[in-house]
Parts: sequence; structure tokens; C-alpha cells
Amino acid sequence: MRIRGYKVSVTAQIGIVVVVINLFVALFAPLIAPFDQATPVGDAWADPSAQHWLGLDNLGRDILSRLIYGARMSIGLSLVITALSFLIGVISGFAAAVAGGWIDQALSRLVDLLLSMPTLIFAFVILSVLGSALPVLIFTIAILDSTKVFRLARSVAINIVSLEFVEAARLRGEGWWWIVTREVLPNAVPPLTAEFGLRFCFTFLFIAALSFLGLGVQPPNADWGSMVKEYGEMINLGSAAPLYPAGAIAILVIGANFIVDWMLSIHSRGQGEGA
Amino acid sequence: MSQQSPNVSGPKDNSVILDIRGMRVAVRTDAGDGPVLVDDVSLQLRRGEVIGLIGESGAGKSTIGLASMGYTRRDCYIVGGNIVFGDTDIRAISLDERRELRGPKIAYIAQSAAASFNPAHTLMDQVCEASVRHGVLSRAEARAEAISLFKQLDLPSPETIGSRYPHQVSGGQLQRVMAAMAMVAKPDILIFDEPTTALDVTTQVECLAAFRKLIRGHGTAALYITHDLAVVAQIADRIMVLRRGKMVEFGDSRQILQQPKEEYTRRLVTERVAGHNFVDVNVADQAPILAIDHVSANYPGKPKVIDDVSLEVRKGDTVAVVGESGSGKSTLARVVTGLLPRIAGDVRFNGASLPARLKDRTKDQLRRVQMIYQMPDVALNPQHTLLETIGRPVAFYFNRSREEVRARAAELLRQMDLPESFITRKTSELSGGQKQRVSIARALAAEPDLIICDEVTSALDQLVGEEILRLLKKLQEDLGVAYLFITHDLGTVKRIANKVAVMLKGKVVAGGDTATVFAPPYHPYTELLLSSVPEMRPDWLDEVLAARATGAATTSALLRAP
Amino acid sequence: MLNLVLQRLGLGVLTLFAASILIFIGTEILPGDLASAILQNSATPESLAKLRLDLGLDRPAILRFFDWLFGVLHGDFGHSLANGRDVLTEIAPRFANTMFLAAYAAIVAVPLAIGLGLLAAIRQGGVFDRLVNVFTLMTISVPEYFLAYLLIKYVAVDLGWFPSLANVTPETSFIDRLYYAFLPMVTLVLVIVAHMMRMTRASVLSVMASPYIEMAILKGLRKSRIVVRHALPNALAPIISVVALNLAYLIVGVVIVETVFVYPGLGQLMVDEVSKHDVPVVQACGLIFAATFILLNMTADILAILSNPRLRQPR
Repeated sequence: MRIRGYKVSVTAQIGIVVVVINLFVALFAPLIAPFDQATPVGDAWADPSAQHWLGLDNLGRDILSRLIYGARMSIGLSLVITALSFLIGVISGFAAAVAGGWIDQALSRLVDLLLSMPTLIFAFVILSVLGSALPVLIFTIAILDSTKVFRLARSVAINIVSLEFVEAARLRGEGWWWIVTREVLPNAVPPLTAEFGLRFCFTFLFIAALSFLGLGVQPPNADWGSMVKEYGEMINLGSAAPLYPAGAIAILVIGANFIVDWMLSIHSRGQGEGA
Repeated sequence: MSQQSPNVSGPKDNSVILDIRGMRVAVRTDAGDGPVLVDDVSLQLRRGEVIGLIGESGAGKSTIGLASMGYTRRDCYIVGGNIVFGDTDIRAISLDERRELRGPKIAYIAQSAAASFNPAHTLMDQVCEASVRHGVLSRAEARAEAISLFKQLDLPSPETIGSRYPHQVSGGQLQRVMAAMAMVAKPDILIFDEPTTALDVTTQVECLAAFRKLIRGHGTAALYITHDLAVVAQIADRIMVLRRGKMVEFGDSRQILQQPKEEYTRRLVTERVAGHNFVDVNVADQAPILAIDHVSANYPGKPKVIDDVSLEVRKGDTVAVVGESGSGKSTLARVVTGLLPRIAGDVRFNGASLPARLKDRTKDQLRRVQMIYQMPDVALNPQHTLLETIGRPVAFYFNRSREEVRARAAELLRQMDLPESFITRKTSELSGGQKQRVSIARALAAEPDLIICDEVTSALDQLVGEEILRLLKKLQEDLGVAYLFITHDLGTVKRIANKVAVMLKGKVVAGGDTATVFAPPYHPYTELLLSSVPEMRPDWLDEVLAARATGAATTSALLRAP
Repeated sequence: MLNLVLQRLGLGVLTLFAASILIFIGTEILPGDLASAILQNSATPESLAKLRLDLGLDRPAILRFFDWLFGVLHGDFGHSLANGRDVLTEIAPRFANTMFLAAYAAIVAVPLAIGLGLLAAIRQGGVFDRLVNVFTLMTISVPEYFLAYLLIKYVAVDLGWFPSLANVTPETSFIDRLYYAFLPMVTLVLVIVAHMMRMTRASVLSVMASPYIEMAILKGLRKSRIVVRHALPNALAPIISVVALNLAYLIVGVVIVETVFVYPGLGQLMVDEVSKHDVPVVQACGLIFAATFILLNMTADILAILSNPRLRQPR
């Protein structure tokens, strides 16, 4: 298999399959799920059976169906947050790189400051006051995450801006809009695409971790992270219930990382010593 | 002290020390077989002999040098032929046995000494390392030998220079320290891989002289790899001309220079000799387009990079600004374009003063001065097609319709001798020479009065650069555009410029008609520069060294003057 | 060079100060009103007004900030809103527990990761390298609680080798602590070893691609000498920052692992208090975590400055 002339590694192929399946499930959850996610259909903690492949949960709901619906919340939320953080990060990063001067200084120092603390801890501080409503989660995580996008976008753009074709455009008298959209952006797409994958993984794990800690998605909404929390105590009784949503999280992130790893490897083929 | 080398004394032994027959090196990756880098090359190197390997980029000359040590870079493999050192077949022995040859038997001198020395260790540690590790010399012996070599190579303070770190020593000195590093273990063969290419001309002469003294003094055999025929002529007994991995011609140095048999060699030789006819254009009756008037400039918080420079360019003029690295010649271009605002003096264009800053200039002022860069790879946006690249100035400055822009771009491509069908290609798909033509087309699309050419041929191969120069010349005859030519290469100056300004440390030290500046009586620095450009005669280096030994204006005195 | 180090130290102090402002802004100035956050639905206008007065919320924020900071500098983090206890006495033993767990994991993880990273770099492209690449890529993708639950299910419940709950008390002996904290430690190690060794491998490889390594090969040196003497000194600075970065990551990982294993550390406390809106405790925990993070990054930068020969030997 080849994409744009590059051979796709075996791991990347696995990754693509995993991600596509997950997206499909999230999009068409109501059509795929065998049962309703909220309705009890049997005894609490019933063992897996032919009808209920993964068994039933604490309220007698079908775990598989809840997983399928959970995909919507987990993946949808992460995509929204990642997109938002890219919007903020890329615009401010490019602005800092192209404008330079005090705009660059101010933005860079602000980002340094936000990054001087672990993201999770900072999120805790904010959530302790504002609570865990969805808009709060989305904006808090997007803003914290955009700092990392900012750093990459800025350094990518600075590298491109220092090239002579951008100098040629400036000498021609082009305005900054042309320079950003026509000279910088097309050349920044490959590294930013890989970064989007990485940031998605990060956001996805981050929101799941918050939910797992009880500080993310709140009932009655459910995502995979909060399902792990709900089922967590059953592990001591030998049940594998929390491993299903946790495993689903793991598999999607592994898949996405396989693709990102391949994308990064084609952009920076290492050199080294020969035989 | 254990003197192991058979070369220093005793009867002259000129047996074959390195015998390469039918060498093939190819790229092999997971994705399959790649191009063949070296194809069926054979040579016999005798003790005490120097063979020059010359060719343009992609000729495979460095690959041959490395393969002679049984080494290839990542994904490259020796796929055919024999490489016999003494009576050891290098391809037949184990990796460990090959390792034993590298250093004490065959030693390597790389192009960039600054990158090839480890920043974490002192020079002495690195110079002695190979001979001590291979058990050739004790640490104290190696030290003594190194100091003696530093002396032979005319390095300053030979006793103490070894205790310095690489970043504390200048480029030319570092290159000589590397030669000492190769020589300490008294190898039978030295491989020089473009060792003076990264240096300024005046430094290059000193290094060349030092290398030759070293090789001759020790009677060591050597492969000398370079792209410059005149350089190799000074040092090699025989020369092999290579092209695209294949041998073109192999012969005695004098024969190659004076009676080349092959057409390709002849072109290389004539191109090099062509640099010695002056251009004569009479533009005295033309009004000046560009007048640089007592201009000074510096980067914020730094001392002046150009200091009180004056210069005039008339219609149809080609004015070369020549100087070594750090002379301020490129900064001058940045001041003219407004990228770096001047702090004193005036720049006038067609009689009117140009604003110092880029953003204060009008669109018409910007249009009239265009620029062509050194590196065509980064001067063109790799994501744009040729139409976008060449068409943009047409659309931007002249507000043409889409059809008109396309027609104009196609016309410009024709003028550049590029096929019109290229118009939809991305710039990244072109070769270096083609890219440079596109850069020229982009500059001409603005219909400028003046084009600033910043080292436009130095990143290109010799013959490709020659074609670009010819194209520029022809365009000037057709269009009457003036050039301001920034270059370090005096050959280029002689070939294309009717006027020249010689820069040294931010000042113009000599200026005027090229024929006048480059004829006696010279300014001492002009003389130094001119005498440092290698000529296509094997005796040139001897003559220069002899002249300098007696001459009053010595190299270093001039360069060290404040 | 001394100047650079002093500059970096100054920057560290400044960052810490800025971080404390940020934490204060986060907790007390953001639109969510602290008093209504505490009282939730039971709030009446009277109770809100009284609480605001009790909390001193009627005073200007800047004064409250300096009061708080002044207190912190004297070891006074205020009193818990939930149970009225002194925050410092609440936090101190838990902080010790967290540091114990983090150090336990670091001592195992750092040598392991650097060793494996070097090995993978030396065998670049080989079977070991490829396997390790896929394996670590999977490990870094997996959330801590997944690994933790896997370990609990198979090692603690099914095999019964280690306890699934890490219930250490002040009376627990050192050896017992090592035993109780074993699974939490393994979880943390699995997560950070993968990160750390991938980054170690990458920094060694980027050094191995430099011309002076080719020069060393052409001098006929042994591979071991090339790696140890020529690559390692130059890869040291990047490796140090890799270690610091991952130790900083460890601090975050600790929060989740402590929750899974009900380990009485600072992270678990912070999670509890966040949901209770117990602001003084959250502030204190946040500040301690931030300070550790900043300290680690500063140490890494200073070590990197010290190990750079260009800075150690000026022109």
C-alpha cells in the first residue's frame, strides 16, 4: 500500500484500520449498537453471553452498547477540542512567527508561563472552581493544549519564514496575508498534520483521564473514561469490566500513534552510518 | 620512537599500494535497489603517488574515496569489483579487520573540519586517538609526533594548540589539524575529500601548500578528491575525471590540463580557462540607475558590517562586488533591497533617494530592483508551480488577466530555454540549474532595471553555473538590465563583470573597471586575492609560494590588519 | 557560564512566582464565584454573603494574593474548607508518600530506559530496535489505568502476588512500603520507560548522524568507544532533558496511579479536594506540583549548560 508515493508500513496500515473502524462506530452508533445504552436489559453484572458479548454492568445495561455510544462522546469531544486548540495555536503561532517583535515576545512568554505547570494540575485548579460542565472542559483543555500547538506552529513557521522564497515575497511587496496563506501554510501542512494526530491522542487520553478521576464528563453523559471509573471496583472481584473501556481507549490511541509514527518517519528519514 | 613507515627513508619503493578494479557501489534500501553511485571504476595507486579524483556533484568521487577504506554511507553497498590494499582484499576481510586498516593504514581528511571534530574533546585527544587506540604509538609518542606535525603544517603555537577545543580554532587551522590527525599514525594512504572547498581562497592557498608539503615530506600516497581542476593540478601526479559514477578520462596531470582527450574534460578545462578574458562594455554615457553613496549599516547592537561604501551601477552595467566571507558583500545587497536599513549615507535609484526600509518603498520601487539567490532550492517555494512562481510578479505588479499572466510566464520560460510544458510542474521537481533559471524568470517577470545576483552560481556545478552566466549575459544584451553581482569567485567576476568593487572588512578597498582593477598596479588585497585563485598550471602553487616568500605584502599581515 | 546558570536560576524563581499568580487567578478570580461553588445548591443570599465575608472575598484580589503568598512562604497554606484542618499538616505526610512512590519508580525507570535506549540506538534498524519501537509505541499509547487494572486483575487478583490496594500508613515499615507500592511503581515504570527510552534513542541517533561520528568510524575505532566516548558526551544534554521531562511527567502519572491503587498520596488528595471545591488545599497541592515541575526543568537546563563544552570552554 502506498500513499502519495510513500510505502505505508505494516503498523501504519493497522493504525488506519483501527482509526477508521472507531470513526465509523462513533458516527453510526445508534445503527450498530445492539441495545439502548441507558436501558437495563438484565441482571446487574451478568456474565458475557451470546446475547451480551461483554456482559451487563452495575445497572444491568449492555456494556458493548454503552461502549459503542461512549465512542461518540470520547472521540467527538476530543476532535472538537483538538480542532479548537489547533485553531488557537496555529493562528497565534503563525502570527508570532510572521510578526515577530513584541507580539512574538508577549505570546511566547505567556505560553512559557502556561507550560511551566503540568497541564493536568492546571486543569485541576480551574475545574475546582468552574466545575466540569462540557463547555468548561472544552475550553480549558483546548486552551492548555493550544500552547503546545503554538510552539510547534511557531517554530515551523519561523523555519519557513527564514527561507529565501519568503524573503523574495517580502521584497516583491506582498502583504502578510499572502505570505501566511500562500508561502508558509502549504509548507507547514505536513508537520502540522502529524502534530494533529499527536495532539488528538493527547487530548483523548487527557479527557479520558479526567473522566476517570471523576472530573471530566459527568453523568448522565458517559465516555470511556467515566465507564472505567464506574466499573473500576469490579476488578477486585475478578471481573474484567473496566478493562473493556480502558482497552478501547488504548487500542484507538495505539492505532493513531502508529499512523503518526509513520508520518513522522517519512518526514525525517534519519541518516547514519552504513555497512 | 618507533618509526614504522617504510616511506621516509630507504630505497624508493613505488609498488602498487591500492589496487581498485571494477568497483561498483549502489544504493540498496528496503524499497529495493537504488541508483548505482560508482560504476566500474579501476585505478592503481602507487606508494608516494597522488591521484586526483575530479568531477561535479553526483560523480561518485567521495563514494570511491570512502569505499577505498571499505566504508560506505547508510543504504549504500559495494556490489562489485576488488579493492586490494597491499595484498589484502578489503571486501574479503571481516568488519573488524577493516577497522584495523582505518586510521593506521588508510586515513581520511573530510571537507568540513568544524563538523568532523567532536566538540566535546580537545584537539590533541582527537589527533592522537587513532594511533594510540590501534597501538601504533604510545600516548607520549603520539603527542610528540602531533606537535611535530603541527609545526610542519605551519600552525600557530604548535606546542599548545592541541589543548584547545575545536570551536576555539579557525576553519583553516582546523583543516590543517585534521591533516595532522590523519598523519600521526603514519598511514600508507591519505584520502583528502574536498578539504579546501569550504575555505576562502586566501586560506585555501595556505592549506594546499601545507598539505602538499606534508604528502611530499612523508612520501605518502593519496587520493585527492575535489571539484576544482586547478586545485587538483597543484597536488596530483595523475588525474581521474569522473561523471555520474563512471570514469571519463584518466591520465597524467599535465596531459589532462593541456591535452584533454575527452569532450567532457575539454569542457571542464575550457570553462576554467575562459575566466581570463575581460568583459568590455562602454556604459559611460548612461545615467546611473543605482547610486550607493557613503552607506554604512549594522545589525542591531553589533559593529558596522559595511562602512562608508560608495558604488554606482549604470544601465547595461554588470558590477561585481567581490570579497571573502565576512567582507560585508551580502549585507550590501540587503541594504540596497531595504531588508537591512542603512544607518548613514544614501541609496539613490534613477536619481531619487530610496527609503531605507523595505516597507516604506512603493510598489514601483520594489519592482525595479529584483533579486536572484544563491540556493535555488530555498529561493523557490517548493509547493508552487512554475506558473504560480513566475506568474505572480506579473499579476502583482501589472494587474494582468489570467490568460495574459499565463502567456507571459510561458514566454519567460522560453527565454530561459525551459520547455513550456514545465509550466504546471512544481518547482521542487526541477534540477538545480533549472530552478536557477526559474529564479531568473521570476526576477525578469517584474521587468526590473536592476537585478541583484547573490552568489548565483556558487551552489551549482561548474558547467551548469557556466550556462547560467551565459544566459544572464544574453538576457542583458537583449533587455539592457543591469546586474549587481555579489560573489566570492574572481573567475566569475572576470567573466561577467565590466566593473568591480573589492570589499574587505566592510569597506571597498578597490573599485572601477574590471580590467583596471585587475591589472597592475594592484591594491595589495586585490593582488592577494588574485594570486590566491588557483590556476590551471601544475607549477602555479610553486610560483605563488616563491613570490610570497620574497614579496613584501604577505598574506597574513594584510588579513590581520585592523 | 556562571552567568548563564545564575540567569536560569533567576528565571526559575520568576517562573515559580508567575505560577503562583496563575494558580491564584485560577482559583479566586475566574468568573465562577468561590462562595457559590462551595455552597452549591444550598446557597441562600444570606449564607453566601456570610461565607464571602468569612473567606475575605470582599477584599481586593491583589491584597488577598499577597496575604496568601506571604503565608505560603512561612509554611502557612491556610485551612481546609472541608474539615477546617491546617492544610500543611494535611499535606505533608501525603507529599512524602508521593515522593516515595515517584522516587521508587524513577530509580527503576531511569537506568532501565537509558540502557534500553542506548541499546536500541546501537542496533538501529535491527530486529531488537524494531520490536522495541513497536512495543514502546504501544506502551506510551496506553493509559495508566489500563496498565494498572491489567496488573491488578492478573498479578494481584488471579495470582495474588501483590496487594491491589496500596494502603500504606505512617506505621508501615520501609520493606512493606516497597511491597505495597510495587504494582503502582511497575505501572509508572512501564509508562515512563517507554517515553524515556524512545527519546534517549532519538537523541543518541541524532548525534550518531553527525560527521564527527563518521570521522570516528574512519579512524577505525571500536563501536563501543564511538558510542561511549564520541556520541555519549554530546548526547548527554538531550538525555538529561529527556529524564527531567519524564520525571515531570511522572508527577502527573502519579495522580492517576494513586487513585487506582488508593495510595494515600498528594495526587489522590488533590483529586478528592477538587470535586469538593476545597480551594486552599487545591491551591497548596497545585503549588507543590508546579514547584516540583519547575525545579526539575530548571535542574535539567542547568545540567545541560554545565555539560556543553562550548559553554564550558569559551573562545
